[in-house]
Amino acid sequence: MSEKWNTDNFTEWKAEDFPIGAVCVDGGNSVEYITGGWRAERPVWTQENCKNCMLCWVVCPDSSILTADGKMTGIDYDHCKGCGVCVKECKFGALELVLEADAKEAE
Amino acid sequence: MAERAEQKIVSATGNMMVTEAFRQADPDVVCAYPITPQTTIVEGFAKCVANGQVHTEFVTVESEHSSMSACIGSAQAGARTFTATSSQGLAYMYEELPIAAGMRLPIVMANANRAISAPINIHCDHSDVMGARDTGWLLFFAEDAQEAYDNTMIAIRTAEDKDVQLPVMTTLDGFITTHAMERAELMNDEAAKEFLGERTPLFPLLDTENPIAAGMFADQDSYFELHKALRDAVTASKPVIKRIGDEWAELSGRPFDFVDAWGCDDADYIIVVLGSAAGNARHQARLLREKGVKAGVARIRVFRPFPYEELVAALHGAKAVAVLDRSENFGGEYGPVGLEVATALYNAKETIPLKNYMFGLGGHDVTLEQMEQVYEDLEKLAAGTIDGSIEYLGNR
Repeated sequence: MSEKWNTDNFTEWKAEDFPIGAVCVDGGNSVEYITGGWRAERPVWTQENCKNCMLCWVVCPDSSILTADGKMTGIDYDHCKGCGVCVKECKFGALELVLEADAKEAE
Repeated sequence: MAERAEQKIVSATGNMMVTEAFRQADPDVVCAYPITPQTTIVEGFAKCVANGQVHTEFVTVESEHSSMSACIGSAQAGARTFTATSSQGLAYMYEELPIAAGMRLPIVMANANRAISAPINIHCDHSDVMGARDTGWLLFFAEDAQEAYDNTMIAIRTAEDKDVQLPVMTTLDGFITTHAMERAELMNDEAAKEFLGERTPLFPLLDTENPIAAGMFADQDSYFELHKALRDAVTASKPVIKRIGDEWAELSGRPFDFVDAWGCDDADYIIVVLGSAAGNARHQARLLREKGVKAGVARIRVFRPFPYEELVAALHGAKAVAVLDRSENFGGEYGPVGLEVATALYNAKETIPLKNYMFGLGGHDVTLEQMEQVYEDLEKLAAGTIDGSIEYLGNR
């Protein structure tokens, strides 16, 4: 949560509580908006097949391929919308798309 | 109390006076596209830029849609931003107008009031500006070239006031006011610049130390509240307009009122009107007063926020009131001004009989005979021999 802007009680804000012009008074906080719930299908990563070519990282429109030290570490399911571009582009069978409902059930 | 400042008497059109106000304000950015009868405003201002009289980035856009878009970006960046338009140009800007207001950007725009097509027509009426009525912009109506200047000065200060932060449209009647040469007084540059000051933007996009995101998405959980915030802001601008208008009045010696109530104190019959046609109404009212008829004219100078209390105060005690509308509300009984006056009177529990007229559409000649007819009608309306239904004034 931003130090400049506490949005904890956002849904209780009255007209006068919003910044003038509905400006978002801090930068880089879209990460706080959890959009993973929009997903109908989920990309599932199989680490042993992965060559860390980073093609999925390049093509992901939501910056949801998590990395550390130049290697893939997982998928950010809080923000991945399940578009499937990473699965389509993966050359090594390290990513597959499964139904979100099935994935949830398996959890 | 501010002292009366030195002014120069000039011979100028309304458009020239708006250009002078723009020059004195020295905006950071002007984005404009030419359209009759506004063109000479931005043409005159382009000369100011070319002559080095201002420090403005003049953006020659390819359309009014682009013009207002560029103004929004510029104003959000933090720049003092002006433009001007008219008629189809204003209509073409429509998509951006509520965005400028919703984002609370203090853009000042002059509008040369002109008819909307079809049929195509370049002359005065208010159907362009009334089409932009509900967009969250403050709307000022000038009666003459002098007021086009005064209103623009007040508009710039109002828009940028820390308690307002709203776009303002300062309008003048096409050709009648934009192009007729009149005597007017021009404030000396030093006093004008001191009055206008500089814009202090609230959330400038170019302030990289304090990053923001503007033009946000607002869902069911906030859009409604943000519209309430905009409504509150427009309403709350009224005392600020009054304070700034009074300050300008002291400096210039020309009075500022939301409603210019001529002879309304003791009037039996009052015409309510916007803009240049008020002169005809007042002239006829004077002629009638010589014959003992107590005639008055209430000219609305600030249309948004609408001055309900001031208007009711002006109309109180009248036997009958006529509202002249210069823009249509096809299929509705009253025009936009008529609706506001009816609302004002009803909510104040005033039961003064009211009649609404369409007049001067597409520059249709506005004559003293028409005003005489309206005052005659008002006597009949007060006597109950005619009703308040809308009429086309002077229509064949």
